[in-house]
Amino acid sequence: MGVSISVEHLNAWYGTTHTLQDINVELPANHATALIGPSGCGKSTFVRCLNRMHETNPIARATGVVKMGDLDIYKDAEPVQIRRRVGMVFQRPNPFPTMSIYDNVASGLKLNGFRNRAVLDETVERSLKSAALWEEVKDDLKKKSGASLSGGQQQRMCIARALAVDPEVLLMDEPASALDPVSTSKIEDLIFQLKSQYTIVIVTHNMQQAARVAENTGFFLNGKMVEFDSTHKIFTNPKDKRTEDYITGRFG
Amino acid sequence: MSTNPFHTPPPSNEAGLPPPANRKSLWTRVNTARRYVVNHLITGLSVLSTVIVIVPLVAILVYLVYMGASSLNLNFFTKIPAPVGETGGGMANAMVGSGIVLALASLMGVPVGIAAGVYLAEFGRGKLLATTVRFTADVLNGVPSIVMGISIYALIVKPQQHYSAFAGGVALAIMMVPTIARTTEEMLATVPHAIREAALGLGVPKWRTVVSVSLKTASPGIITGCMLAFARVAGETAPLLFTAFGNQFWSYKLTEPIAALPLQIYVYAMSPYDEWHRLAWAGSLVLIVMIMVAVTLVRIYASRGVLKGAS
Amino acid sequence: MMTEREPNPTEPAMPPAVTNFVAASAAAAPEGAPSAIRQFLKARGSGGFADKTFAGLMLLCALSIFAIVIFILTILTVRSKLSLAQFGFHFFVHSGWDPVAGDFGALPFIVGTLETSLLALAMAVPLALGVAIFLSELCPQRLRAPISFVTELLAAIPSVVYGLWAVFVLVPIMRDQLGPLLSKYLGWTGLFEGYNFGVGILTASIILAIMILPIISSITRDIMLAVPTSQREAVLALGATRWEMIRTGVLRNARIGIVGAVILGLGRALGETMAVTMVVGNHPEIAKSLFAPGYTLASVIANEFSEATGDMYLSALIEIGLALFLVTIVVNAIARLMVWAVTRGTPARAH
Repeated sequence: MGVSISVEHLNAWYGTTHTLQDINVELPANHATALIGPSGCGKSTFVRCLNRMHETNPIARATGVVKMGDLDIYKDAEPVQIRRRVGMVFQRPNPFPTMSIYDNVASGLKLNGFRNRAVLDETVERSLKSAALWEEVKDDLKKKSGASLSGGQQQRMCIARALAVDPEVLLMDEPASALDPVSTSKIEDLIFQLKSQYTIVIVTHNMQQAARVAENTGFFLNGKMVEFDSTHKIFTNPKDKRTEDYITGRFG
Repeated sequence: MSTNPFHTPPPSNEAGLPPPANRKSLWTRVNTARRYVVNHLITGLSVLSTVIVIVPLVAILVYLVYMGASSLNLNFFTKIPAPVGETGGGMANAMVGSGIVLALASLMGVPVGIAAGVYLAEFGRGKLLATTVRFTADVLNGVPSIVMGISIYALIVKPQQHYSAFAGGVALAIMMVPTIARTTEEMLATVPHAIREAALGLGVPKWRTVVSVSLKTASPGIITGCMLAFARVAGETAPLLFTAFGNQFWSYKLTEPIAALPLQIYVYAMSPYDEWHRLAWAGSLVLIVMIMVAVTLVRIYASRGVLKGAS
Repeated sequence: MMTEREPNPTEPAMPPAVTNFVAASAAAAPEGAPSAIRQFLKARGSGGFADKTFAGLMLLCALSIFAIVIFILTILTVRSKLSLAQFGFHFFVHSGWDPVAGDFGALPFIVGTLETSLLALAMAVPLALGVAIFLSELCPQRLRAPISFVTELLAAIPSVVYGLWAVFVLVPIMRDQLGPLLSKYLGWTGLFEGYNFGVGILTASIILAIMILPIISSITRDIMLAVPTSQREAVLALGATRWEMIRTGVLRNARIGIVGAVILGLGRALGETMAVTMVVGNHPEIAKSLFAPGYTLASVIANEFSEATGDMYLSALIEIGLALFLVTIVVNAIARLMVWAVTRGTPARAH
């Protein structure tokens, strides 16, 4: 089951650039939240702060409180522990090129020392089915390299890989932006179905996608979260004028 | 006539008409011709210099094959040098000795070199320390190998009062470390950052990411880099002159002087005996073939692209 | 982009597998209890200790490169204390070398090293530039790979093999054909006097030139390729011939880097040991003729180190090694800085 995330006074920097300015938001459990906004306004940075990936960049810095449930992820936990509970899917599919499909999906477990073959087999099958990829690859699991699949299949495999470690939260940074429309719609279906088990945060440039998939939406502009509300509200009757301008296409 | 100061009337000839627009001055025409001549001259010179460069290599190789091939027989690969005046000797002990010294050097130099390269690529990105280490490694690659030889002589041979295969191995190892560190770093830099992030995002600790993702992905390139370093030190004579020293007989002990192929070639080349000259040519041929195989493999690997299947 | 997604009348039913998944995880883990996998991962340490140890180990190995330099510097200085104390700076300007009589002066070797290296550069640089220009600007695509492969092979040939070839091929040519030719036509310069045994400064310079050519040429070629195409096009657009384009569009931009490549070649020539030792004549005298035998810093060490009797003798040779070390470090550092200044930012090519 998913867990809720609360963010208080989150600020983030890349070197001297103040990328995120005082973000405060509550992301409810077992819901999908979409983050929209023009390019470069901090959406990706925000998401990367939620699983402490932001700090892997040597010139990056963040202050504020991020809580998963009751746990302060910066003060009371190690990055590695958090990342095992928060899965991430990136903009471009990034399968491990030297590993088979099976090894790719199982990598979160295998690279963390999990050895039990039976459980691994079952987890790989389960995750691939959740990612709606099982039927297409079940015969080539160990024969094909992870990088030999098509773009859409690779991304679904990356989703399966993220699901295999049974996370509580799933972060998706524009997961379908590099894919063709058919793959995109498959992935949107996926998110729709996964919502019930995980808390999902999805960054998207595509407002229609946000409208289709998420219950809540946050609008980012220049490092600030300008508005956060139910998707329906944001798209039909936004409070802030800037949100309205973005939605109606006046910029971005 | 306008009073515009920038408008000057065109020059006119006797007929009062302006000169035809397409007539170039003599100087222009001569200059253009000169420029084209120079162009062709330079082209010719650069082609010529390329030919001049290729000729010595081909000459050396052909001569080597010609002189060396006739001396390559079974004896060469199985026997130790015969006493002066006798025929039928070989350089078997030198080849085995080279193998032993190179194995020692690789055991010491390869792990340290790869680890240094891992530091430069994975932990030191952007840091001043990494930049200075990188620079020092590059500079160290240009230090004459004889300097390494006499340093290890002073460190190991003099105190122990004897030459040894071990000392030779150490001398070659300190030559391998900077080379392998740089090639490892360069190969690791070609690993896309995205797959490192994928592993980190799964909660894999950094060290495991480096070992199971970065190193694994770059391993073909890293191995190639090690092969290149190996081939380079395989032909080195100077560092072994005062460490391994050479040996006319079979020797396996690490604490004794040991024969090595390039050393033996040097000794034989400078000797007054024809038979030994013959062996020197044969030994050179073996050495060159081995090195060329390594270089060719590197080329084939590099042209095939860095990562198999990675997009 | 603005089309609404059509509401699918038959909403795709959850594939049975997903339903199974939901059911499975619900069955396996009662509300609130984490699954087996989550428990496993939670129990796994965060790897902090292993991370620190691993990073420390890698750092240590990286520092070993500093350690090597410091080690060489220290041990050579310490072991040459004797002659450093005895002769001081005078060592490098004294031209006598008679170990038996205790007379140690490094000048002949310095002169010999400089002579052979500079002469080799003079011969190699124009040729290397020509090859680099040919390969980067003029060469047809098909020939490019084989020719650069060949120059790479040249660079991989061990010094002793070059020396072997020089002894049995170059020296006779020098003695019987090239030498008489040179003294006949260029004898007036005074550089080609005296007996010509085939070994000497000139022969050593020639083999050195052959050896440093590949490194100068391949680095120059890399530098020329690093010059952006826009520079070339800009000059061509002004109506330049191809050579003029190369001269102003490429070489001018790459000037510093090419000088760096040349200095790198110099660094290599200064330290080259085996091939030079085999053909330089090994005679510690400074002579005007290029046919005369000479001696280089590296050669004297190679030849006399094992025979060095007496601590002072050994100390003097080690001092020469120290000098060689310092000189090549400085020369290489300057050269690398120059090359780096030009190719900085260009991604490393696998070649």
